[in-house]
Parts: sequence; C-alpha cells; structure tokens
Amino acid sequence: MRKIHGFHGGIHPPENKHQSVRTPIADAGIPPELVIPLLQHIGTPAGVVVTIGQHVLKGQVIAEAQGFVSVPKHAPTSGTIHAIEDRLIAHPSGHFAPCIVIIPDGKDEWIECRGTPDYQALDKLQLIDLIRNAGIAGMGGAGFPSSVKLSVKAGTHIETLIINGTECEPYITADDVLMRERADQIIEGAKILRHIISPRETLIGVEDNKPEGIAALRVAAEGSGIEIVEFPTKYPSGGEKQLIEILTGKQVPSGGLPSQVGVVCQNIGSTVAIYEAVVHGKPLISRVTTVTGNAVREPQNFQVLIGTPMRYLLQKAGYQAENNNRLIMGGPMMGFTVPSIDVPIVKTTNCVLAPTEAELPTPPPAQACIRCGMCAQACPVSLLPQQLFWFAQGKEFDKLEHHNLFDCIECGACSYVCPSTIPLVQYYRASKAEILQLRRDHEKAEASRIRFEARQQRLEQAEAEKEAKRAARKKAAEQRAQAMAGDSGEDPIQAAIERARAKRPPRRARGAARANSINWRKPWSRRRNAWTPPMPNLRRQKPRVAISWRPCKPAWTKPATSWRRRNRLWRSINRRTMTRRRSTPPRRQSREPWPSARRKPR
Amino acid sequence: MIDFLTQYPLFAALLALVGLAAVFGALLGYAAVRFKTEGNPIADEINNILPQTQCGQCGYPGCRPYAEAIANGEAINKCPPGGEAGIQALADLLDLEVIPLDSEHGEAKPVKAVAFIREAECIGCTKCIQACPVDAILGAAKQMHTVIASECTGCDLCVEPCPVDCIDMIPQQETLATWHWNLPNPVSRQVNIIATDAPQDDVTRDRAA
Repeated sequence: MRKIHGFHGGIHPPENKHQSVRTPIADAGIPPELVIPLLQHIGTPAGVVVTIGQHVLKGQVIAEAQGFVSVPKHAPTSGTIHAIEDRLIAHPSGHFAPCIVIIPDGKDEWIECRGTPDYQALDKLQLIDLIRNAGIAGMGGAGFPSSVKLSVKAGTHIETLIINGTECEPYITADDVLMRERADQIIEGAKILRHIISPRETLIGVEDNKPEGIAALRVAAEGSGIEIVEFPTKYPSGGEKQLIEILTGKQVPSGGLPSQVGVVCQNIGSTVAIYEAVVHGKPLISRVTTVTGNAVREPQNFQVLIGTPMRYLLQKAGYQAENNNRLIMGGPMMGFTVPSIDVPIVKTTNCVLAPTEAELPTPPPAQACIRCGMCAQACPVSLLPQQLFWFAQGKEFDKLEHHNLFDCIECGACSYVCPSTIPLVQYYRASKAEILQLRRDHEKAEASRIRFEARQQRLEQAEAEKEAKRAARKKAAEQRAQAMAGDSGEDPIQAAIERARAKRPPRRARGAARANSINWRKPWSRRRNAWTPPMPNLRRQKPRVAISWRPCKPAWTKPATSWRRRNRLWRSINRRTMTRRRSTPPRRQSREPWPSARRKPR
Repeated sequence: MIDFLTQYPLFAALLALVGLAAVFGALLGYAAVRFKTEGNPIADEINNILPQTQCGQCGYPGCRPYAEAIANGEAINKCPPGGEAGIQALADLLDLEVIPLDSEHGEAKPVKAVAFIREAECIGCTKCIQACPVDAILGAAKQMHTVIASECTGCDLCVEPCPVDCIDMIPQQETLATWHWNLPNPVSRQVNIIATDAPQDDVTRDRAA
C-alpha cells in the first residue's frame, strides 16, 4: 500500500456529481454548424491551410501548428468550409477570435487514418510528433499542449508518470465516465506514455468518490504494472502540483515545472486521446463533456465534436433557459461565465454548467475583510490570501510578488470560505495580469531605450566622421601649402599677393580704372557729387532663391493615383510651401538638435 | 626618537593619528580610483522608470537627458507618457512628494497609440525617418515609408514633420492577447448590509412603502 501524503488546506464543497453519471456517454451527433477557434489552448494560434468553399473530410488538417507551443486543428466531420472569420469564443473577455466555420455534409466521411498498434517500434520523438500532429492539448482545463509536456529536457530523469483522474471540481464527471466506460483505453494510453517517458513507476491517481471508475481501472490494469492510487476526496487535489504532493510527497518548487522533481502529469482525457491518436491514428476531434446543472432536464455526458455550439449541446440535454441564471464553462470553482450561449465547445471544455439561481446564487456584495484567516487555512499553496488581497487593492506589485502571488493556482478555495464573500481570485488574476503587463511594458521600454541609444551613437559617429574628414581636408590643404612653400621658403599666397601688388597701376591711375567698373560704388550711396554708375540690369538675373526651396518631384516607383491628381497634389504642396515661406521671412534653423515640444494643432 | 616620544606622549599620539590618517586616506584614494562608478547611478535608476518613449514632451531631448535632469533636481511631473504611475514610482525612488502631472507638457493618454503611414499618400520625403527617435520607420528617399508597429513608442514626433499629413496615430485596440481580468468594481463593496446603516431617506421611503 502506497503512502498517501496530504497537502495544506483544501475544502469540501458539495460534489453534485451524481446527477450526470446516471446514463452512459451519449453521442451528441453532428450539429448544423461547427465553429473551430484557431486558438483553443495556451500558446500561439494555428495557421489556416484551407480556403472558403473547400470540401474537407473528417480528420483532415484545417490549420497547422505554428511554433513549439501550438497544435494543429482538424475537421471534426466532413463538410464544406463556410467561412474563416472572427466569432465569439468561450473566453471570459467576450472578445471575438478567428475561427473556421464548417457546414457538415452529414456523411461523416473519414480521411484515411493510419494507426500504429505496434507503437513499441516507434521511438520517443516519433511518438511525440504523432501526438502533436493529432492536435492533443491538455483536456483537463488549462490546455497545455501534451507534446510540450512530454518533451522533457534531455538529462532529466523522470521517476514517476502520473495520470490525473482526480477530477476534484464539483459537478464535472467527464473523466469519471471515461474511467467507467473506457478503462482499457486509459490503460493502453498510459502504456504509450510509459513507453515515451520510461519512468520508474506509473500511477493513476483517483479520488475515492469514484468507486466504479477505480474498480474498472483496477480490472483493466491487471498485470500491466500500472498502479491505481485511491485517496480521500478534497478540493483541489486535482491540481497538478497538489496531486504530485499527494502521491509522491514531493513539492514542485515555486515557479518550477513538475519535471524538475522527476514527475510528468497527464489528464485522463488526454490519455484516451493519445491512445486514439497512436493506435487508431485518429486526431483529437471530439471530447467527452459534462452537461449539468439544475437548468438542464437530463444532465449527462456527451461525446461531442469540437466546435459544436453550446446551444446545440444544451438543447440535447433539455436546456431550460428561463431557469438558468448564467452559463458556466468549466466547474463552479474555476470555470467562467461564457459571454453567449452560441460559443463553441473547444478542446478544454470539460463541463458546461447551467445552474439555477437557487443552486449557484449570484454572489452577494463583498464586505470588508475581517482578517479571520480562513482563506489562509484553505489555501492549498500555503499562501496568505488576506495579505495578497490587501496588496492587490493597493496595487503594491513588488510586495505581491514577494508573497508569491504567482504560485496561486486560482482554485477559488479562498473565495469559497470567505465569510465576507470577497471575490479574492479576481483580485489575484487582475494583479497577475497587471504585473505581466508591466513586465512586458518594461521590456518594450528597454528595447526602445537600446534603439534610441544606438541611434544617438550612430548620429554621433556620423558627425565625428564628418568632422574627421573636414579636419583631414584642412590638414591636407595646409600640407600642400607647406609643400609649395617648401621650395622657396615663403608662403605662396603671400607671394601671389605681392606679385599682384607689383602689377597694380600706380596710385593716381587707379581712379580711372575704378571709373570704368560699375561696382566700385553702390548707387544708393549718400556720397554727394560723386559719379553714379548706371544701374546694373537686375531683371536678367535668374531668381535663384525662388527656385531653391521648391521641392523636387519624387520619382514614383509605382503610380498609386493618376498623374493629373498627383500633379495637382504637388501644385497644392508647392503653393502651400510658397505661401508659408513668403509670409514669414526664412527663420534661422534652431540650433537645438531636438524638435521643440510644440505640437501641431490637430 | 623613541626617547623623545616617550617623553612627549602628545607627540606620540599626534604621530599615530597622522599615520592612521595617511594610511586610510591612501586606502580611500585607491578605492575611489579602483571602484569608480561609471555614469550616474541615480540617473540610471530614474531612466529605468521613465517610459522610454523618447517623445521629448518633457522638453529634454529624450528620456536619458530628462533622467539626468531629475537627478540634478528637475521636477518629476513632466513626463505625460509615464502618467501618474510613473510619477508615483519616481517619488518613491527619490523620496519626494507626489505631485500632479504638469499639464504644460501634455496629458497622459489612457490608450497607447501607434503611428501609421497612409502609404498611398506618402511622397518619400524621409522627414519622419529623421524625426523618429527609435528608428521605427522604414523607407528611403522617394520610396514609400512604413512604421514598424512593434517598435513604435507612440511619441507623435513623426506627425509634425510630414509635409502631406499622411501619418495617423492609431490607438491600440484591446485584443484577446492583451485582455486581462480587471480588479473587481469597488462600488459593489459599498452596499450597506446593515439596515440601520442605510442613508436616512432610504429608511423613510421603506417605511412609507
């Protein structure tokens, strides 16, 4: 018997799981329209590889993975691509996101799938690639691509592989029914994972509120060396780090990954998807989703295609919209209210919860924190929620980080026990986001600082080069003068002046010479009795100044508008410039290297 | 010598003190040369807080010169892009009073903007390229220019020099990637749970009803 460790805190909310396990998994069928968001998990969105109007087969790739933390998307059924557009998705923001819309043709025609039942022959990387190409992302809720989790860094030895069948959140039974009905597939999937990771031991952790699931798993795991570990029910034992602590007694370091303590965790749903992908070659195009809550007549689990609108699924379960106060994706603890009933089911949708007002009442207004400390007792990560709340209100971000805000798993245990009904988790989520935003801003500021400094340096360098060239020219001229003077030992310029002076007519003759020139005296001179030369013909001189500030016509590489329009534009620019310059005398350029703070009136 | 010192202990003490002063003085002098800090560390820290938009709205040619000016006693409320948060951070660092933003230097914009060149109208004059403090505009003479949006700090400096007015400052929309949870609305916490705490007119209205 394995020793079961505990973790700090935790709560025991009413489970409400029995409602949805009375019937076996039902097939939800093909809805009239499927909406597949390009981003359904943590990471970068996939890139579309289909065109509107194209016919696709079931399981065909419709969007390719982009980057390491990304997985492809597949067509959940055969049909036509109706649109590639922004649709409302299941996200607390209520934002639109790019989606592929498929109108099914009803034939449900599979693309050719090639499974590899003898996966033992494949090596680790090939299998991870297979899992990635099947589009498998963590189906427990957070949605981290499974292939990323499985590609552990070379050199790290994985001691334990844990299959997470805890499902600690109230209402959700998707993993429970999988354990009851597809225990064989779970064990096969676990064997594939074991082959990839080659850990010392493989465990499946299940809470003791699922006796049927545990019994089924025990039968299926007979002789496989996979241990089924049963432990007392407590929320949130399904959290990855909490489960690792329960089963192994090891604590994942703050900000670290489970692989640092030699553990890899996978969800039950992902394990079944991995089995399907490897043995049957089927990509992840459907999942088991619990539809429950008192506002549906027949709460049950559905095998539902990814992209099915929630409205279709809820109608299958007998949805009573008038009794429902809000529609929640996920469980009552960690789920969020969806912006509309028409959002699609995605890979992370383990539960659609439609409660009545009596069942999950609207939270009463928050009151002041009375520092009772119940949240600190409930916190599974041993944080100080009341202290974090205090700092979050005051936006003291460095103190929040000091109090390990980023270790918070947002399980909601603190808000659940709070007698003042303070929405604590929302404070933590907001603060986390704000801190991340500040970090991003700071990074950007740092990048602009570097660019600014690089530019300043470049300008200075250019200036210095110019200066150096000028100095070099000056020096060369001096040297040349020196060289010329070197022969006779006197300055050649001085010598030239002397020569000119020697050629000059004697003083008396100079007056006549001056009289012949027209420029010896300005005509506006006040000197009286002087001979005034005729005015030079100024009109013939070219208006040089008038032309110099006229901007030249640019050589257009590609005409964007007609020549007529362009000429008109240029005429208007010239007119504007001319009038501006004429009205005010040319201003001396400011010596400041920086433009003034004055703004153009807008 | 020894005799002299033993005879006049005052001189001995004086000699010892002078000797110590000389030794420590030499040590300090050496340390000052050996461990000399490059630049002004306070200005560096101030520069770290400034938003690095390099917009020049403070009247200095960039964030670094303004940081140096603050280190030399300039007011801390001349940076509109930094906003209230920036002033708060500067006040915390320098242990100064928090003062409101100097409206003479502009107002803080709630939404960040990014410059956008209407490319069909650009005549390729390179004036905006020369004005951009972070080299975020790409182009060459008589060729179309464009703004590298990820590098643009939204400083507005390129708008004024453009002879054909083809640069717009486009406020950045919130997207799915930039969305985040907001702090809960504090108004919801100002509800009076205890009936007797409610404002008087509410109570009288209830009685009348």
